Amino acid sequence: MHLIRFLTYQCFRLAVVVLGVAMLNFLLIHSAPGDPAMVLAGESGAADPKFLEQLRRDFGLDQPLYMQLLHYLGNIARFDLGYSYRQNLPVLALIADRLPATLFLTVPAFLISLGLGIYWGRHAAGRRGWRLGAFTAVTAVFNAAPVFWMALILVMVFSYWHGWFPAFGIRTPGATQSLAGQAADIARHAVLPIVTMSLFYLAVYARLMRSSMIEAMDLDFVRTARAKGASRQRIVRRHVAPNAILPVVAMAGMQAGQLIGGSVVIETVFAWPGIGRLAFDSLLQRDYPVLMGILLVSSVVVIVINVLTDLVVGYLDPRIEIVT
Amino acid sequence: MSVTSRRTFLTGLFAGMTALVAGHFMAVPAAAQEPTRGGRISIALSPEPPVVMLGVNSSGPAQLVGGKIYDGLLTYSQSLDPMPRLAKSWEVSPDGLRYTFNLEEDVNWHDGAPMTAADVVFSLRDFLSETNPRARTLSSRITSYETPDDHTVVLTLSEPFPAFIRGFDVSTVPILPKHIYEGTDFRANPANERPIGTGPFKFEEWRKGEYIRLVRNEDYWNEGKPYLDEVVFRIIPDAASRLAALESGEIDLASNYDIDPVHTPILQQNPELEVTNEGYEFLGHISWLELNNRVKPLDDVRFRQAIMHAIDRDFLAQRVWFGNAIPATGPVASVTKYYEPDVASYPLDLDKAKALLDEMGLAPGTDGVRARLRLMQLPNGEVWTRMAEFIRESLSKIGVEVQLESVDSGTWVQRVGNWDYDMTINVLGQYADPAMGVARSYISSNIRQGVPFTNTEGYSNPKVDELFAKAASTNDESERAELYSQVQKILVDEVPVAWLLQVRFPTVYNKKFANVVTSAIGVVDNFDSVYIRD
Repeated sequence: MHLIRFLTYQCFRLAVVVLGVAMLNFLLIHSAPGDPAMVLAGESGAADPKFLEQLRRDFGLDQPLYMQLLHYLGNIARFDLGYSYRQNLPVLALIADRLPATLFLTVPAFLISLGLGIYWGRHAAGRRGWRLGAFTAVTAVFNAAPVFWMALILVMVFSYWHGWFPAFGIRTPGATQSLAGQAADIARHAVLPIVTMSLFYLAVYARLMRSSMIEAMDLDFVRTARAKGASRQRIVRRHVAPNAILPVVAMAGMQAGQLIGGSVVIETVFAWPGIGRLAFDSLLQRDYPVLMGILLVSSVVVIVINVLTDLVVGYLDPRIEIVT
Repeated sequence: MSVTSRRTFLTGLFAGMTALVAGHFMAVPAAAQEPTRGGRISIALSPEPPVVMLGVNSSGPAQLVGGKIYDGLLTYSQSLDPMPRLAKSWEVSPDGLRYTFNLEEDVNWHDGAPMTAADVVFSLRDFLSETNPRARTLSSRITSYETPDDHTVVLTLSEPFPAFIRGFDVSTVPILPKHIYEGTDFRANPANERPIGTGPFKFEEWRKGEYIRLVRNEDYWNEGKPYLDEVVFRIIPDAASRLAALESGEIDLASNYDIDPVHTPILQQNPELEVTNEGYEFLGHISWLELNNRVKPLDDVRFRQAIMHAIDRDFLAQRVWFGNAIPATGPVASVTKYYEPDVASYPLDLDKAKALLDEMGLAPGTDGVRARLRLMQLPNGEVWTRMAEFIRESLSKIGVEVQLESVDSGTWVQRVGNWDYDMTINVLGQYADPAMGVARSYISSNIRQGVPFTNTEGYSNPKVDELFAKAASTNDESERAELYSQVQKILVDEVPVAWLLQVRFPTVYNKKFANVVTSAIGVVDNFDSVYIRD
């Protein structure tokens, strides 16, 4: 019963937040100078009043702002995200088209960085001397290096010098292979972007896990276990690690919410057709429906994942009880 | 081995080697060869255009793709002479009012329907006059459209307009299929997603965010062409990634804004790549420092002239554009018709600049600053940012303190269109004739708030208006030249904007491709003659 009430409350909260997000985004985006008609004029290098008037009428921009907002909120309530001004395609179709490419990067990168990060951090907790120094230095580099720089370095080494992986794109154009062949083609293209994306979060999780382990080692029950004569390995496995992992799970939950947003930088450098780049491009192009659609979908996903994370942590940590 | 067999062996070996060596020399191909059919060219495309249907979108990237799917009536040689395309011949009446175009026969659309004169009339009168501002410059002057038969179009103008014959490139007047678009909402027509033209390449596939693929039109009206099997446009948003892709051979061609000039020295050293500045004669871009004539002290001609004296245009051309530009001398590019070289000159002369400012009464304050102005950067790439920084440095030497503003494209267009700026860097194409692409920036009737690429600096001179109007409708060549010469002299004296450079964008391509740039529209042209050398 507690769970049902908890979830009902969360759904209600979700609806309120989504409405608030939609309104806020609408107002923010429309306050930026320029509109999609101006952007199209800029790209053509030529314009006259008729050109701008026509486009604005087609896009519904000639109506007063509050009318446009009401119209938009009404559509949202019916799960209609509208049409892209620029491409004249449904927003939902555009998002659905680009989302898989983003998830194909972010989910493997997330799993790799989480898994390797936890493993590495756990073992680094016991290290001293040069091994600790190496750990600190390497994670510092991965943490601090700008993503686009790391991406270009990887492209230079593995694509340009050695030709092992393609430099950009998600697939080879026009190749007609079997499904397996196409999958292999995409996988080859995905290696460098996934590696780039993993490196940053790998460092974050590794460090977090390590410091979390060290803190957990100092807790009372560890001393008790040692007094009882438990082996070091057993202590780490049964007492320290499960407790140390909680902050990492919380952090992972936060990152999971962002998976859907992708990384604009990585998608730009690798010409990867993901949703991060779609959002960025639609901002520059003032394609309001697309941008608002993406922000809306993102906020729904973030909220849902936050709730799930709360549930997971609540399950793992017996001290926490979910109450409404 | 016996003596006899050894001798035979050696003889055979010697003969074999002679044959090999001789065969090598004989196999060197003759100079004139039949172009090989086949192969594919990969071209960088950025940013991704919303559609490539040239009727509803004429951005640079849309032209790059659309120019191969559609045909225009004409194309233009690098000296801007009209050359036949869908119009195999044409006549202009002596009074300059009637234009007769004789169309190629046996031309089919990509869906198999025949192309006729009705399509030409529909394209210009019904479609493009509604959607394309540049086409409107032509269609607004047409009083009647006649089609005496299926392959002849006769256009009658309200008054002579000699620039007319130079307006029929594929990006201004692409010929569009009437049977697909008549009576429909042009922008919303689903055929825009799979454009149908008469060009040498047909639309095949578009994976949004990734690439656009065109395949050979087997039924192309120009027999035997095109030679290539496919043209693929790969969308690569990042400049460094494009450079890497060119160098590694993953793409074969990049052009225009897709190449940062700072990369051209590297590319020129690559033995597999050709770097050329040809193919922009039709556009003839000029870049200038736009001075909002409404903002003090930019409203004073002496201040504007001082700015011209303070900027080293040679440095900009050589060190910022790496030779991909030459200094501009005035409002008309040297490749455009009726260019007048004999105008007032503004050599780099800081003392003269300061003297002009002194004369105006703009003495330096205690901090050495005579005036403060904002410069809104043009967000088209790194090189434009560097130009702005160089200008700021240059003007600081004469006591003008410049504050740089960084904006995105939508904001830039909005603010320039609404005159909300002090100075900005602008770049516009000329479209082969001053009546098409030059006059629009200087005539009073084109001062329209809210519309970009008009006379946004707010310059107004009735004499200039009169000269431009008269020159546009004068049928006599030498009279036109004289009128344009006069107007250029006046403009260069009055400096409505500080012209900087004539930009000659680089096109970089793999040397194995022949006939990449053969006309004044360069890589926007249809690539029907491009082939891969053996």
